[in-house]
Amino acid sequence: MPRTPSSRRTTHRLAADAGLLLLAATFSLPLLWVILSSLDPNANLQVKLPDGVTPANFDAVLTPEITFTPLLNSLLLCGGGTALTVTCAALAAYPLSRFRSRLNRPFLLTILFATSLPITAIMVPVYALFVQVNLIDTMQGTIFFFAASQLPFAIWLMKNFMDGVPKELEEAAWTDGASSLQSLARIVLPLMGPGVAVVTVFSFVMMWGNFFVPFMLLLTPDQMPAAVSINEFFGNRGTVVYGQLAAFSIIYSTPVILLYVLVARRLGGGFALGGAVKG
Amino acid sequence: MRTAARALPLAPAVVLLLLFLAGPIAYCAYIAFTDLQLTGQAEESFIGFENFSTAFGDEAFRNAVWLTLVFTVVSALIGQNTLGLALAALMQRASKPVRTLTGGIVITAWVLPEVVAGFLLYAFFRREGTLNAILDWLHLPTQNWLFTLPILAVSFANVWRGTAFSMLVYSAALNEVPREITEAAEVDGAGGWRRMWHITLPMIRRSIGTNLMLITLQTLSVFGLIWVMTRGGPGGKSQTLPLFMYEEAFQKSMIGYGTAVALLLLVVGSLFSVIYLRLLRTEV
Repeated sequence: MPRTPSSRRTTHRLAADAGLLLLAATFSLPLLWVILSSLDPNANLQVKLPDGVTPANFDAVLTPEITFTPLLNSLLLCGGGTALTVTCAALAAYPLSRFRSRLNRPFLLTILFATSLPITAIMVPVYALFVQVNLIDTMQGTIFFFAASQLPFAIWLMKNFMDGVPKELEEAAWTDGASSLQSLARIVLPLMGPGVAVVTVFSFVMMWGNFFVPFMLLLTPDQMPAAVSINEFFGNRGTVVYGQLAAFSIIYSTPVILLYVLVARRLGGGFALGGAVKG
Repeated sequence: MRTAARALPLAPAVVLLLLFLAGPIAYCAYIAFTDLQLTGQAEESFIGFENFSTAFGDEAFRNAVWLTLVFTVVSALIGQNTLGLALAALMQRASKPVRTLTGGIVITAWVLPEVVAGFLLYAFFRREGTLNAILDWLHLPTQNWLFTLPILAVSFANVWRGTAFSMLVYSAALNEVPREITEAAEVDGAGGWRRMWHITLPMIRRSIGTNLMLITLQTLSVFGLIWVMTRGGPGGKSQTLPLFMYEEAFQKSMIGYGTAVALLLLVVGSLFSVIYLRLLRTEV
């Protein structure tokens, strides 16, 4: 059979499909484990079909102590941190996007530089500093640090979204005597709603998954968010009940996966880079 | 005056950044030169470069540097980068349902919280876990991966978790390569590999640079994933710099020493960050 371009293209497509499916199968093994084990009354560490499907694991972990308190703590920490980040970022992005100043460029470069610093490295000095100023083991201290660590990227992203809103729309409001804060709140932010949503969701997802920050800065068990309390499944409780660990992992992961799906289309291919690369 | 009023909205962000980010970094640069400890000492004293000379003479520190290097090269530069590019390139040709399915699975691994990813891979690599079950089924030798090759196990975990980022970066980059150019090369008889090597890769080289820089920085600061899987053990065999820093500062209460290590990590990160800015500048 003569190899025409179209038949060659079909072969290529089949080869690419096969390659991708193989990789997908490999990547999905750990995910299959967590899903199957959460429903399995006798879950162990292997991927296997459950010995009967039961909600028992979910029932067992859905208690105030195991699930609700840590999730509420996560919500407080990440909600507070996100609110602070988004508010400060929106305010800061406005002058950077709207007014020309010699300081804009150095400021933005510093922000971009801070975006890529390894925050993990400063957790030990942050701990030492928080002990000195009595912020250790406080929700507000952790929220402040969360907000500050997420702020550089949030400002950068917010500024780029704000640049997309034409300045002409505000000029009428300015002639009518609106202050810049009024035009930010009434005109610019409503017009860049999807952009604000992206910054919000991104900040929240980053904080929700972060382990090291609350692990270092919070000490009291009642204040621990889910990222840290999940550790309790090991150690303190003797033998690990893997089915319950899997069920808890699913409960804890679901919000961020849903949020990601919600904004994925808007984030497009570049996602995290979207803000950084556009310059 | 007007400039000052206009800059006012910047104030909350600047205050927050100065107090909670610049502050700790400055404090880091200070206590790295002291003998600050958690317990049994009223006041720290300035000891100059002693922490640093201790570090370079400390075998455990050199071990951590080496493991960090292995972890970064194996999991980020080789694993995530190559696999991300391969996935993106295959996706260009694959059919839509397969593309969506694979993308969905790889991205889910990336969106999962760090600790959950750690547990999933812990289950995968444990002696009685899935990997050994598969090897056994294939009649291949099994072993206790987290004990014999912990740094490779955590590296694979980081590949599993982080590849989606490179995949997204490269998918975006490949979509921008004009189709006419690769098609012209195809007409001229260049095969898939040659087109990739001589045409596509040079055209996306800036994305490659940016991606390498960002995944290096992300990998340098991985803590939770390794902590959950191995705690840095056994015997320090998977103890990268962040875990070494944590152990010195808290399990051994040597905050000054731990911070000196943190400062070194921060300096390495800053160097990468500066290179990253320069890379971007050629693009802007």
